Amino acid sequence: MTMTAPEDTTVEVAAHVPPVDRARVLALRRSPAQGLDEEMRRGSGAAARLREVPFLTQVAIRATPGRDGSLTETLGLDLPTHVGEVAGAGDGNGLAVLWLSPDEFLAVGPDEAESGVSPEAYAGGLAEALGSERGQAVDVSANRTTLELSGSRARSVLEKSCELDLHPRVFPVGAAVATLLGSTGVILWRTGEDTWRVMPRASFATHVVRWLLDGMREYR
Amino acid sequence: MLIIDCPNCGPRPETEYGYGGQAHVAYPEDPHALTDEEWAQYLFYRDNPKGDYAERWVHSAGCRKWFNAVRDTRTYEISAVYRTGETRSETQKGA
Amino acid sequence: MAADQTRRIDAGGAIDRSTPVELVVDGTTLTGFAGDTVASALVANGRLRVGDSIYRGRPRGILSAGVEEPNAFVLVHGDHDESMLPATTLELVPGLDVRLLDGIGVLDQKPDPAEYDKMHVHADVAVVGAGPAGLAAARAAAATGARVVLLEQDFRLGGSLLASPAEVVEGVPAAQWVEQVRAELEAAPEVRVLIRTTAFGSYDNNHLIAVEKRAEHLDGTARDGIPRQRIWHVTAAQVVLATGAFERPIVFADNDVPGVMLASSVTTYVRRYAALPGREAVVVTTNDSGYAAAHALLEAGASVQVLDARDEGASPVVASAAQAAGLRVRTGCAVVGIDGDASVEGAWVARIDAEGALVGDAERVVCDLVAVSGGWTPNVSLHSQRQGALHWDDDLAGFVPTAAVRNQHLAGAVRGTYWTDGCRAEGDAAGVAAASAAGFSAASRSTVIGADAVAEERVARAGRTRQLWVVEGREGGYATHFVDLQRDNTAADVLRATGAGMRSVEHVKRYTSISTGVDQGRIGAVNTIGLLTRVLSGDDTRAIPPGQPGQDETASGPAAGAARPTPGAIGNTTFRAPFTPVAFAALAGRSRGDLFDAARTTSIHPWHEAHGALFEDVGQWKRPWYYPRPGEDIDAAVARECRAAREGVAFMDATTLGKIEIRGADAGEFLNRLYTNAFKKLAVGKARYGVMCKPDGMVFDDGVVLRLAEDRYFATTTTGGAARVLEWLEEWSQTEWPDLDVVCTSVTEQWSTIAVVGPRSREVIARMAPDLDVTREGFGFMEFRETVLASGIPARICRITFSGELAFEINVPTWYGLQVWEDVAEAGADFDITPYGTETMHVLRAEKAYPIVGQDTDGTVTPQDLGMSWIVSTTKDFVGNRSYSRSSHRAADRKQLVSVLPLDRSLRLPEGAQLVEPGALGDYTGEGLPSRPIPMLGHVTSSYHSQALGRSFGLALVKAGRDRIGQTLIASFEGRFAEVEVADAVLYDKEGARRDG
Repeated sequence: MTMTAPEDTTVEVAAHVPPVDRARVLALRRSPAQGLDEEMRRGSGAAARLREVPFLTQVAIRATPGRDGSLTETLGLDLPTHVGEVAGAGDGNGLAVLWLSPDEFLAVGPDEAESGVSPEAYAGGLAEALGSERGQAVDVSANRTTLELSGSRARSVLEKSCELDLHPRVFPVGAAVATLLGSTGVILWRTGEDTWRVMPRASFATHVVRWLLDGMREYR
Repeated sequence: MLIIDCPNCGPRPETEYGYGGQAHVAYPEDPHALTDEEWAQYLFYRDNPKGDYAERWVHSAGCRKWFNAVRDTRTYEISAVYRTGETRSETQKGA
Repeated sequence: MAADQTRRIDAGGAIDRSTPVELVVDGTTLTGFAGDTVASALVANGRLRVGDSIYRGRPRGILSAGVEEPNAFVLVHGDHDESMLPATTLELVPGLDVRLLDGIGVLDQKPDPAEYDKMHVHADVAVVGAGPAGLAAARAAAATGARVVLLEQDFRLGGSLLASPAEVVEGVPAAQWVEQVRAELEAAPEVRVLIRTTAFGSYDNNHLIAVEKRAEHLDGTARDGIPRQRIWHVTAAQVVLATGAFERPIVFADNDVPGVMLASSVTTYVRRYAALPGREAVVVTTNDSGYAAAHALLEAGASVQVLDARDEGASPVVASAAQAAGLRVRTGCAVVGIDGDASVEGAWVARIDAEGALVGDAERVVCDLVAVSGGWTPNVSLHSQRQGALHWDDDLAGFVPTAAVRNQHLAGAVRGTYWTDGCRAEGDAAGVAAASAAGFSAASRSTVIGADAVAEERVARAGRTRQLWVVEGREGGYATHFVDLQRDNTAADVLRATGAGMRSVEHVKRYTSISTGVDQGRIGAVNTIGLLTRVLSGDDTRAIPPGQPGQDETASGPAAGAARPTPGAIGNTTFRAPFTPVAFAALAGRSRGDLFDAARTTSIHPWHEAHGALFEDVGQWKRPWYYPRPGEDIDAAVARECRAAREGVAFMDATTLGKIEIRGADAGEFLNRLYTNAFKKLAVGKARYGVMCKPDGMVFDDGVVLRLAEDRYFATTTTGGAARVLEWLEEWSQTEWPDLDVVCTSVTEQWSTIAVVGPRSREVIARMAPDLDVTREGFGFMEFRETVLASGIPARICRITFSGELAFEINVPTWYGLQVWEDVAEAGADFDITPYGTETMHVLRAEKAYPIVGQDTDGTVTPQDLGMSWIVSTTKDFVGNRSYSRSSHRAADRKQLVSVLPLDRSLRLPEGAQLVEPGALGDYTGEGLPSRPIPMLGHVTSSYHSQALGRSFGLALVKAGRDRIGQTLIASFEGRFAEVEVADAVLYDKEGARRDG
């Protein structure tokens, strides 16, 4: 599954910037946990590792499944229909659409630097595909960042402050939910047996990184 | 601590929810047609039963949807949850 | 090394004799063995005496061998001293250095360097207690494949079996059976066995909270990275409570002298710890269970005499076993007093009548140990915390659960099942039932006896317990008949309470303090209730309000005229968490220090830090407060920042404002209904300030709304209001107007917002956005433009002001926030562009009387009160509108926002200062409280020094404030008074001339 910009979409923003310059602009980005790379590296061990997966494209979608214009066609995916469900790349490698509520979803795809598709353009295309139907497609790529917690004790680290049942019977690989980690709202996405994505809003990134690192110290 | 069964997300801890008071208190069709006393009733007066109480909750940390729950104020047991706009069925009314 | 363990029995016990462990007690080094507790090491060294009692300073001894201990408390010296730990549960580990406490601890004032943590786990079946019932339950549930969590407060599994290691269970000795079950549980992939873990709270939906003491920390040393204690939150589909029972002491004169010990604890010391508490023992019992201690002592070589308070003596099986062992037994007798102060030297023994009074003279029996058993109390705390029903079982002489709580099961002694096979059978059945109810099925283990048979046998197996609530002394009075040893409360105190008219057990508890100590009434509660049955009449108990745990539901008490109520007529005090004490540090877990709460930071935060900003907490946000230069205090820095904004150019990180995208054909209608002013006709490309009110008409939030497209709006909220405004929009959209075509998405964190403020801001923006026409004509006030900055970064720029000055706000995706901020700093460098923080923002906005929701408003303030009638539409309806015609909203004396100018132009009033009429103070000097209430007119909501005005000023909510403009009022604060002049709220640039630059 790949993420492509709809061809017939013209996006004002993209039109202003020649493609050759886009790489230069992208280089100006700073991810919310960028300054914490070294802390995360030092705090990681064999049993629990933490890193940031920066700059993923994220589009907030509000839509009513079945009444979404050509949205699913444009996405190339059906909208997920129940809590925990992730349509598309459940392992996070490619385009995935996360269920957040019966009419709210989060499309997550690769960094523009990798896909060549700007988040603004992609969101704009989805909004256009929605047409006049009730709903919304908004670029929220910078709204949250993505932290990846992995290792044999990753689940234990999460269980220190996540009250949900993370047992594979209940929370299988490829599932994602919005919940709390301690007092912080996050999207929690199990992308592998021992690999979890924790997606806090940008302003909480530093706290969540340090909170997770603190919980990891026991397993270093 | 309560575990509340969100109609959309299933059982989640109480900390994920916000409380919205008594359910089924509709915003008056035409507030201006009400007397001051009737309007004050809408603004400030709510039931306080001993036993089943239909109340509103919002799953703030999850699906962000408002819904209704019937909770026994003596035992905190929730006998039914149902979406906003749904009516409480006979079977949901609990004991 | 073991030579000094003079009371160590030569063989047996669950101790590791190859591992001696040194223990320092009050500076003296003793030795014990691995497997000991501090208490058992003391017993093995012939020391029963511990600290003195809390109030009366009486010598006290080790009474028990478990969590019910009321006397033997120690302080463990460590990196952080920990007080009030029962020696009876404190595991002996190398390096332990303890001090015996006199019934009260001292909180160490040093910071605790240890770490604490929490863990949330889910289970199909949680089992509390790992005695024969709990082990059998866990094993049965585990066999089905269910996820099982077994919680045991001891550092060993086995419960009562630890004190009867040779007893045969399923054909093998108990110690071996425990090991077999343990191995089976540990081999099961979905089973978690937690020892040293006390389930102390039981909450709705089978949420158990337990505290685990980690072995690594038992010597008091903090270990980096490894929590000293961990709070376990266990959510279980089904719970099995196998929590056992506590033995009760007997209330007789001087029953607190060291050497008086619970009979079952004597057995535990002898059989589990191979420690002999006494060589010449008297066992006094009201029931069959006391005989076990006599057998244990006898086998260990002590001399023993049994006093059975029952005239008929023990049940036949127990009696013949006693006879076979050669035990001396006297029936119808009891200990009526103790000889000795600091240790038992002898017991006074006498025949007693039906009331517990002496018959004939007492005889002195030489002894060094008095083992007592006054019957058993099922440990129903967790059951009762969930409002599980109890009743007084007169045959079992205890409060027992009537039925398990929904989705819970009870097994073993907690039900009054007091023999091992019965416990095991009940545990097995409970484990199977729990697993099955959780959706896992398996056949029940074939058992010799079924659970039903257990219920039938329960009373017969327990034998009769004489309900002997008090034994008269040789002398009158009850001043040394201790009921609650930790609180130093006696039977005399209970009589004093009833004499003062107390009838309810809750009142007696609070009048005396019985059951308020660490042991929470495990030693004294039921004996207190028993005593009440002796002093209250049936008429008294009918006056007791119903509803206590275990209290009879029918009209309490026996029929009128009946002499004596039963304990069931009185009931228990309420059981509450925690079951045993829990350190606050454990409850706090990792939420302390920097991790106490989430600190939210903007993308620009690293720059603020690098440039010396001091920060202010605004909700969870860390916002720059001001940026002092070397040598500057806050006033100097803020004056400089204000001057830059009013005279040159300044910039502020406004990222924290809430932001919501709203889309739909009805979006305009939706906003019209929620804001007091109209948005439906707002032109695309334009912005408008709006105020939102609750239905009661009070200001709830405010912000600027942009119209991005015909069907798209972008609303900003206050920093603190972001989440609640979004929830508010969702609430109305979902619950009241689902027919409206409108949806909302939070984009607060998608955008970084940089306010560029001041007369020269236009020039800075022109450099930042070369494509943009920033002229006065080309870019009007309350308009916005989408553009691409010189850097190539796409941006949305608005012309909005929160200072009254010409100002712009640059919005860029958060990723670019820091870059664009740095670019602004560079673009404005030759204008000396100045970063400013929240303090300067407040001064600038207050000079213009722009209110801060939550500071100048408090949920009782309308837009009209703020002088903002202009923002309240009269041509459309909206939430809150109806309330403006209520009489209370039209009252002439409503508090209105005005400014207050201290006559002392340098005086900055504290926010919250009260305002009163001159002359209203009367004779009040500011010292203490006034002799009569002084009518308040209002209070100061904001207060600053204005650089622009060259004076201090405040905003205030004052009754009929706008009618008082020009009046002088008195501000009262901190015992001082100051004259202030009431003025129009807007103090600076009233004409609004500055906003266009």
